[in-house]
Amino acid sequence: MTPTAMKVPPRFNIMKTRELGIVLALAALVLYTTINNPRFLSGQSIRDNLLNTAILAVMATGQAVVVITRNIDLSVGSVLGISAFAVATMMSDHPGLPMIVAILVGLAVGAAAGLLNGVLVRYGKVPALVVTLGTLYMYRGITYSWAGGSQVNADELPPHFLNFANANLLGVPWLVLIALVVVGATSLVMRNYRVGRELYAMGSSPQAAELAGIKVARNLLGAFILSGALAGLAGVLFAARFGTVDASAGNGYELNVVAAVVVGGVAVFGGSGTVWGAGLGALLLTVISSALAVLDINQFWQQAIVGALIILAICADRLVAVRIARSLRKKDSHG
Amino acid sequence: MLRHRLAAVFAATLLVTAGCGGTTKDSSSSSGNQQASATADPNAKLKEGLKIAYLPKQLNNPYSDVETSGGEEAVKELKGEYKKVGPNDAAASSQVSYINTLIQQQQDVIVVAANDPNAVCPSLNQARAAKIKVVTFDSDASKTCRDAFINQATTEGIGQSLAKMALEQAGGEGEIAVLSATPNATNQNAWIEVMKTELAKPDYAKLKLVKIAYGNDDDQKSFQEAQGLLQSYPNLKVIVAPTTVGIAAAARYISSSSYKGKVQVTGLGLPNQMRQYVKDNTVKKFALWNPADIGYLAAYAGAALASGQITGAEGDKFTAGKLGEYTIGKDGEIVLGPPTEFTAENIDKFNF
Repeated sequence: MTPTAMKVPPRFNIMKTRELGIVLALAALVLYTTINNPRFLSGQSIRDNLLNTAILAVMATGQAVVVITRNIDLSVGSVLGISAFAVATMMSDHPGLPMIVAILVGLAVGAAAGLLNGVLVRYGKVPALVVTLGTLYMYRGITYSWAGGSQVNADELPPHFLNFANANLLGVPWLVLIALVVVGATSLVMRNYRVGRELYAMGSSPQAAELAGIKVARNLLGAFILSGALAGLAGVLFAARFGTVDASAGNGYELNVVAAVVVGGVAVFGGSGTVWGAGLGALLLTVISSALAVLDINQFWQQAIVGALIILAICADRLVAVRIARSLRKKDSHG
Repeated sequence: MLRHRLAAVFAATLLVTAGCGGTTKDSSSSSGNQQASATADPNAKLKEGLKIAYLPKQLNNPYSDVETSGGEEAVKELKGEYKKVGPNDAAASSQVSYINTLIQQQQDVIVVAANDPNAVCPSLNQARAAKIKVVTFDSDASKTCRDAFINQATTEGIGQSLAKMALEQAGGEGEIAVLSATPNATNQNAWIEVMKTELAKPDYAKLKLVKIAYGNDDDQKSFQEAQGLLQSYPNLKVIVAPTTVGIAAAARYISSSSYKGKVQVTGLGLPNQMRQYVKDNTVKKFALWNPADIGYLAAYAGAALASGQITGAEGDKFTAGKLGEYTIGKDGEIVLGPPTEFTAENIDKFNF
């Protein structure tokens, strides 16, 4: 426990500045867009942006945890698809089911998909990149063969399910609330709880973590199950929000999710970054996309800007890594 | 003598078409009529008991199920024998063995949606050699190996319909915007071009197309583009979405936002997908061709061919039951007509 405790303060300090960077970028973007079009800061617009972020933020949370362990989960878009289709079909067949059942089914479908990913990575000893690339196609293929050309439409879904996407609790939409709880709770566990620190340790040095007696297998499975379950939850939110679900739901979302995580300051080599940073990354990407639509910027540029941001984030990553290494070396020489 | 009569008929047709404000295209089609009348007998009665077989791209595809259901209805009206066969996959060559079987069964008409324009050609020509009439729908076979093709809609028809609906929904004037698929989607771009040409006409002078946004046929992106349009253009009256994903996303967003009732959504959509938003008044009218009518028209075209009413030559005319009279266009193409418009009154009659 002592070495971890010693390592936390310097890392936390530097991280703080990195997330500050996202917040500043976000503020500058909102300011610039609002000057161009004051309606960007209207109540409806803020609500829209938060709602647009919710699904991505939920998925980015699970992805951040996986990336922190020096793995990656590329199957999240397909898991969203299979969960969205499963839940939408279930709700249209049994309109009487309460919302909580839909959410639990979505979580379960996602968790099962995540478990398979975790088992293959851990016990198949195959890199997560390859495993989840495979399951990306597999889960999507299952959804296609199940759905065929059919889709579930808004008029087949029960009203309480569709209204969930717009309903509020004390003025905060449920979707946003769910995203906040997911990001908040996961951040807390990752920062303050033993299992969270173990996940960071696994990402920093997998061999050392194993030698130190950390239950690597259990933690790894847990991380993949979490990522899958949250993608499943995102599927339920997707179905409720968009009202139309076909077999291609969430196609290509994995790239947005990974982008949000990387932009949010989670190092792709594992071991550093925060979950709430990933949440901020999701918010930033969503606001960029909305702002560019409002600013009337050609959407080809939009993709280029997201790409530039990812590269910028990785450069920052590298810079931080160098600084950490230097500060650790200094400490060693002093000690 | 014969030459004189032909000349007289030709002159008469010219006069008639000129009188109807006919264009060069019309007069060329009337000359096609001359050729066709050599064998086609417009007064021939439609035969009963015709064996009409449908061969869609693949079975168990909801869209082609609706198409062939229209065919089944028409064949029943024609007192013929309806049959549907097809492969389980839409591979290029998978239809060939089905065509061969249909030839052996001595069908009168094969109505086929070709999975590949060329792969089915030799078999279809064998069928035609066996005096079977071949009508294509949905996706055409090469034009040398079929008698007629049912085209669901022309680019012009769709573009004009989009402009017309925008004008109606805007109440004759105001700002409109387009929410399309991807910036390089061929169909959508062609329709938007026709729409722009329409908008340049005096009838549309008070409509202003402020922006073409692209939702990439992605729900989230379409949501955001719709939001961007509404923020950038506070006076926007209509969003025209010529894509099923875009129109559903725009409708879903507006139905749950403060813009509901202020901004109309229209375009091309599937009735099942849009029913909810028509019922909650977000959408007043949208359009799409009716797939059942495609199958229906194909049956009548096939029957008219098999009965000798038409030969598939340009300018041939026949009546297709409830759909009315059709004229065969260039290369044996029969255009279904302007897209069907869906409103709160009629949407419950459609299930696709």
